[in-house]
Amino acid sequence: MMQDVRWVWIGAAVLLALALAAPWYVYPVVVMEALCFALFACAFNLLIGYVGLLSFGHAAFFGSAAYITAHAVKVWGLPPELGILAGVAVAAILGTVFGWLAIRRQGIYFAMVTLALAQMVYFVALQVPFTHGEDGIQAVPRGRLFSVIDLDDTLAMYYFVLAVFLLGFALIVRTINSPFGQVIKAIRENEPRALSLGYHADHYKLVVFILSAALSGLAGSVKSLVFQLATLTDVEWTMSGWVVLMTLVGGLGTVLGPVVGAFFLVAMQHYLAQLGSWVTVVQGIIFVFCVLVFRRGIVGVIATYAVSRRATQAEGPPAVGGAAARGAP
Amino acid sequence: MFEFSHLSIPPAPALFAQLLVGLINGAFYAMLSLGLAVIFGLLNIINFAHGAQYMLGAFCAWFLLNALGLGYWPALVLAPLIVGLVGIAIERLLLRHIYRLDPLYGLLLTFGLALIIEGVFRQQYGSSGQPYAIPPELRGGRNLGFMFLPNYRAWVIFASLAVCLATWFTIERTRLGAYLRAATENPVLVQAFGINVPRMITLTYGAGVALAALAGVMAAPIYQVSPLMGSNIIIVVFAVVVIGGMGSILGAIVSGFALGLVEGLTKVFYPEASNTVIFIIMALVLLVKPAGLFGQAR
Amino acid sequence: MRFAIATIAAAVLALAVPAVAEISGDVVKLGVLNDMSSLYADISGPGSVEAARMAIADFGGVVNGKKIELISADHQNKPDVGSAIANQWFDNDGVDAIVDVPTSSVALAVQQIARTKGKVFLISGAASSDLTGKACSPTSVHWTYDTVALANGTGSAVVKAGGDTWFFLTADYAFGHALERDTAKVVEANGGKVLGKVRAPLNTSDFSSFLLQAQASKAKIIGLANAGGDTINSIKQAGEFGVVEGGQKLAGLLVFITDIHSLGLPAAHGLQLTEAFYWDQNDQTRAWSKRFFDKMKRQPSMVQAGVYGAVTHYLSAIKATGSDDGLTVVKQMKDTPVNDFMTKNGKIREDGRLVRDMYLFEVKAPSESKGAWDYYKQIAVIPGEEAFKLPGPNECPLVKG
Repeated sequence: MMQDVRWVWIGAAVLLALALAAPWYVYPVVVMEALCFALFACAFNLLIGYVGLLSFGHAAFFGSAAYITAHAVKVWGLPPELGILAGVAVAAILGTVFGWLAIRRQGIYFAMVTLALAQMVYFVALQVPFTHGEDGIQAVPRGRLFSVIDLDDTLAMYYFVLAVFLLGFALIVRTINSPFGQVIKAIRENEPRALSLGYHADHYKLVVFILSAALSGLAGSVKSLVFQLATLTDVEWTMSGWVVLMTLVGGLGTVLGPVVGAFFLVAMQHYLAQLGSWVTVVQGIIFVFCVLVFRRGIVGVIATYAVSRRATQAEGPPAVGGAAARGAP
Repeated sequence: MFEFSHLSIPPAPALFAQLLVGLINGAFYAMLSLGLAVIFGLLNIINFAHGAQYMLGAFCAWFLLNALGLGYWPALVLAPLIVGLVGIAIERLLLRHIYRLDPLYGLLLTFGLALIIEGVFRQQYGSSGQPYAIPPELRGGRNLGFMFLPNYRAWVIFASLAVCLATWFTIERTRLGAYLRAATENPVLVQAFGINVPRMITLTYGAGVALAALAGVMAAPIYQVSPLMGSNIIIVVFAVVVIGGMGSILGAIVSGFALGLVEGLTKVFYPEASNTVIFIIMALVLLVKPAGLFGQAR
Repeated sequence: MRFAIATIAAAVLALAVPAVAEISGDVVKLGVLNDMSSLYADISGPGSVEAARMAIADFGGVVNGKKIELISADHQNKPDVGSAIANQWFDNDGVDAIVDVPTSSVALAVQQIARTKGKVFLISGAASSDLTGKACSPTSVHWTYDTVALANGTGSAVVKAGGDTWFFLTADYAFGHALERDTAKVVEANGGKVLGKVRAPLNTSDFSSFLLQAQASKAKIIGLANAGGDTINSIKQAGEFGVVEGGQKLAGLLVFITDIHSLGLPAAHGLQLTEAFYWDQNDQTRAWSKRFFDKMKRQPSMVQAGVYGAVTHYLSAIKATGSDDGLTVVKQMKDTPVNDFMTKNGKIREDGRLVRDMYLFEVKAPSESKGAWDYYKQIAVIPGEEAFKLPGPNECPLVKG
């Protein structure tokens, strides 16, 4: 056991070192993009992995926060931290409304409701003048963080994005491992029993939904500052599909799965950009492959492999992590 | 901001014309969503590749014309058959393995398939689209007084109605349909009676895909035959099926026609929203009666 | 343990993100950025890359002792993809000039980036007049056409020929609105009247309802303020509903030869449109187009021909100034008249706009056409000054009146 904890700290330290040194060996904008999407995917994973609800409309939170932040920073002249706060607030409000409407439904109906609601957000984004339609909000200034740090400096922006990602990720991990998180898992495993124990399942699900929406909004807000753009792509249903794919590839219901999935897919998109339509075909093949053969995702497969190796070495009980590694059935 | 450009009610003849046009579109939606409803109702699979299969039907018709000289009428029969065979292959090779899983995996798998099919065609044909003319027998139109109705559009309504009724009849009123419905509810028992359930399921998926392809052939002369035609229409068709009730054939037909009408009216009063009104209705229906207007809760 | 292995695996995968490429210093690098796979792939796409390649080869492959290199990418008509590629190209890959970029929303984003970094932007595909208006840049040249020229061309020519009442069928997005607005101004300035308009969502497949409204308006001209698939669908369905037989005419505000190729002559004949180039105009255009056709198996669009012209002019300017600094080169381009197979006596304005002649074409009837791609007959030449004349004061900050 003690050995385990040490490994975890070592692993985390290695990752952190890599992340801090990244700008020197990788083009920082790509890493920032990957970090934003990783946060988005982690937020999405809260809903599918731990509550079991597949949302097909998460782009609504991601995109609306992006627009609000872009507008707040460019037109109202707010400093970046307040712009981000505004974006997250709007995403959270949207999440409350959507969640309250959609939580009553399960499975495919839940997915369809979220899709319908997200399409309405897309329509509003298209019509409302401040979004400038398909031009989007361009030339979004990054400003000075806390009036001190100039975010136009790529390095400063990178560390800021990294910090935001780590905070968001820590929040998610803390939530999952808290008493609140235990209740959520109990609801996922056996809702009637949880209800009989006196837990208001719907309330818990709604809280997770709002949290997921707010963190998706955080990802969107930061992304609009990284790229200095907020466009219709951010609210389209294909963006919702994109985040599903990232989580699926990385491993549903695992903690690191969405991060890995996001990095993998962003990298793939960059490498394959020359290939034009073949990118769509490759994405499709990955979807099919993941559903047929690779349902546990990258992290899930590695984790299961590691678990089975340890189980054959020691005589102890099978790893407790088995449930989470299994992912959604 | 939100421009209500046509809030004044147009004169009655113009309104009739718009309703008729809406009905024509509704016939189209009904036929297209029929295949989807059949596949979900009987197989519990959310066939996201439906739009791509519709596109395959249109391209098949174009190909038959350009490579083999076969016109519209043979294509109406051949294209659904060919694409139906492709559907059977998909079912055999891919879908078979995921029946025991959550239907959401079916959605993701077919979504991936749609991406593959569309990507390959886009790579090959670009997205400008290929020309496909209206068959000579159906060209021209007649002046109805309140509007000029093209003959081809009139054909679309009648053909769609015929196909919809034939499908509904087959499933609800014939023995084959009864076997199918029974096999969905209790495959083991039906298999025990000696009916080859897996083969029926394969054929059903193939039939649903063939219906999509048929809609594609009918669309080829009036819409652009382009690799993007499927993705433009797939979500609308989904909305139609969800509103009608995801397992119900009658629901898909009725809501297809109804939504065509609603969309037609929206195009008169608030045209910019005509793409979105369907989702508003879908959201409302899902919140009030999630099984859809005609569906049974599962 | 499991967590640790997973994290290390994640880290390894993270390294899959591409590393910094070598920055080139002794090379003149051009990047053709356009739509390779979707709506505008046929008017630009790989054809533009080929046109650029031809220009570089004709120039000799070397300028002032430096090798000329060419790369290309697909922006998928999305401003975020386009700006990500532009940033990477300028920061990492040593690209000196970006070429083409159809889709005005992407072009506006890329222009902003190019301006900030002092790099050159040669626009062939995009149409928005804002690129040389309020969003203008001293390192950009808008080469082939823009919405003002299209409005002045089709708009005024059609009104002068008797089409003085208009109804607009507009695609409901920023570009469609702009096209409609610019054309309406020209129509009214020439004594015509706009009887009404309807805005259809982008990527509508069925226009029957909108066409009915257009018919009901009884306007002589139905102006199609849309592009790509929407234009093709609306023309096709207008044929079905007997719009032209009913006495109305269609005016395509943004139509390319590839659209006509996709529609077929029976559906499209009689349509009037404005373009900057047609492969069959004269011996020079035919000669160049034949070279293009031999490689690409299709005739060039005006966008692709424009890419050739822009790249050639750019390389000449580098040769003349001995520098590849953005501002210097573009200034040289503005000081030199343009003369190639496509443009005669063209001059680049202070705001970056190349002023050149435009042509009003009408689509031939099937009986008049000798074969594939023989689609247009030239009706009129619109001299550059007239075509690119702005309806109001020039909004570009570079041009202080």
